[in-house]
Amino acid sequence: MICLGVESTAHTFGVSLASSKGEILSDVNSTYTPMPGEGIHPRKAAQHHSNVAPEVLRLSLQRAGIKLRDIDAIAFSVGPGLGPVLRTGATLARALSIWLNKPFVPVHHAVAHIEIGRLATGSKDPLVLLVSGGHTTIATYAAKRWRILGETEDITLGNLLDVFAREARLNFPGGPAVEDLAKKGRNFINLPYVVKGNDVSYSGLLTAAIKKLKEGERIEDLCYSLQEVAFAMLTEATERALAYTEKEEVLLTGGVAANERLQSMIREIAREHGAKFFVVPKRFSGDCGAQIAWTGVLVYQHGVQVDVEKSFVKPKWRLDQVDIPWRE
Amino acid sequence: MLIRRGAEADLYSEKWHGLNVIFKKRVRKKYRISQLDLEIRRSRTVHESQLIHDAKLAGVPTPAIYAVDTASTTIIMQRIEGLRVKETLDNLDLKDREKLCLNLGELIGRLHKNGIIHGDLTTSNMIISDDGKVFFIDFGLGEHSKETEDRGVDLFLMKRALQGAHHQCAEECFNTLMKGYAKEIGADVAKEVSKKVEEISRRGRYVAERL
Repeated sequence: MICLGVESTAHTFGVSLASSKGEILSDVNSTYTPMPGEGIHPRKAAQHHSNVAPEVLRLSLQRAGIKLRDIDAIAFSVGPGLGPVLRTGATLARALSIWLNKPFVPVHHAVAHIEIGRLATGSKDPLVLLVSGGHTTIATYAAKRWRILGETEDITLGNLLDVFAREARLNFPGGPAVEDLAKKGRNFINLPYVVKGNDVSYSGLLTAAIKKLKEGERIEDLCYSLQEVAFAMLTEATERALAYTEKEEVLLTGGVAANERLQSMIREIAREHGAKFFVVPKRFSGDCGAQIAWTGVLVYQHGVQVDVEKSFVKPKWRLDQVDIPWRE
Repeated sequence: MLIRRGAEADLYSEKWHGLNVIFKKRVRKKYRISQLDLEIRRSRTVHESQLIHDAKLAGVPTPAIYAVDTASTTIIMQRIEGLRVKETLDNLDLKDREKLCLNLGELIGRLHKNGIIHGDLTTSNMIISDDGKVFFIDFGLGEHSKETEDRGVDLFLMKRALQGAHHQCAEECFNTLMKGYAKEIGADVAKEVSKKVEEISRRGRYVAERL
């Protein structure tokens, strides 16, 4: 079967086609980019998405070489995410579902980050570290649900990097900009390191880093120190969860998974605990249609659908509240 | 002999001056730059020894500390023979599980009453000794505080550890634990801390019932 997936939770609008054999037939994404010094404006992002939607859809079908009538199900990102943006994607998806008279399939955005990671890497039963603008979560699967073992108690890792980059007037998204500058860092600047069990807290770190920025510290040194402290905190929490669960695999997924320094840290703890390390490939690390289309296949094949009339978006929908019928 | 590779320390079981001891050696973490790494290991080694000692004075069973070496970031302490709560909890019958959780709650209450925050309450940081006493270990992330916020975070971590590793009985266990906690620290304080635990749960990502 073939599933068309629509991703629309934050800055990226994507449409992808995936098959039940696990092939990603196409994955076309368009990202709204705020000006340096600005963050994502929900209304502007929604506007961007509705502007690009027809072209993204057309290109995605064209690249996959699939006709609309060959599609078996329409999947959409229900949440979590920004309300106006979610509604834009859902509107397109609803229209397709009604017009084509095809089943409508709800997908949880974070579950989709994990499933595209599992599909692309072949990881089976990992301890998951999901790092993005919306999530900083350590989770493990048990009895039909993802169980959250640790997470941020305030802002996410992606948010930390984005807001710091915004304050420093670096380009959006902040992660890659900070990573590039960090490579030129020489001096380590002390910043608050806050780990609580398997949880981390980044808001104090952000405040301290911005304060140092305003005091005139070298941006390269600050990016370097910010990464070292933020990533070490999370790696420590992840290692604690790994020691606790004794899982044999670790999967790093989500947008910040593309950061090579973070990858090297998580790879190191996996090695020390004899666990296999998997990282989502860069093309699927950031938000993308493919994560929704593929997870849509899984959801649809296990009998989950929603009536269009009842297909409300959920800006707040926690990872551990989603049933996972496709795993034992 | 290396018996366990924990998240931040290696544990060795040794004979030391005729005693059965554990060497808890905080090892260099290669993922951390050395400057950051050394500072964290040193301060936690000192801190943990102090808190383990204070907990014992407060009447909460902890291993006896025999020596602390900051240069090699190692604590030498009494070896507690027994099983971790993590390994026994799921196998207990309802009555024994209730008794154990009540006891855990009392001990956490006693720590908090005496101004000690454990910092990493999980079922793998509690050992039931062969004579039935529950020993608390791993105070590396602990601190001295009587703040409701810190007490709340401590119990929230306990609750989540239960949900993560013992999801079948997590709610029942935590509720019983809070009864023991209230018994020790007083109903009013326990109520306040309970409310804080709820508040902290809502700080998590995308909690629907957040105000």
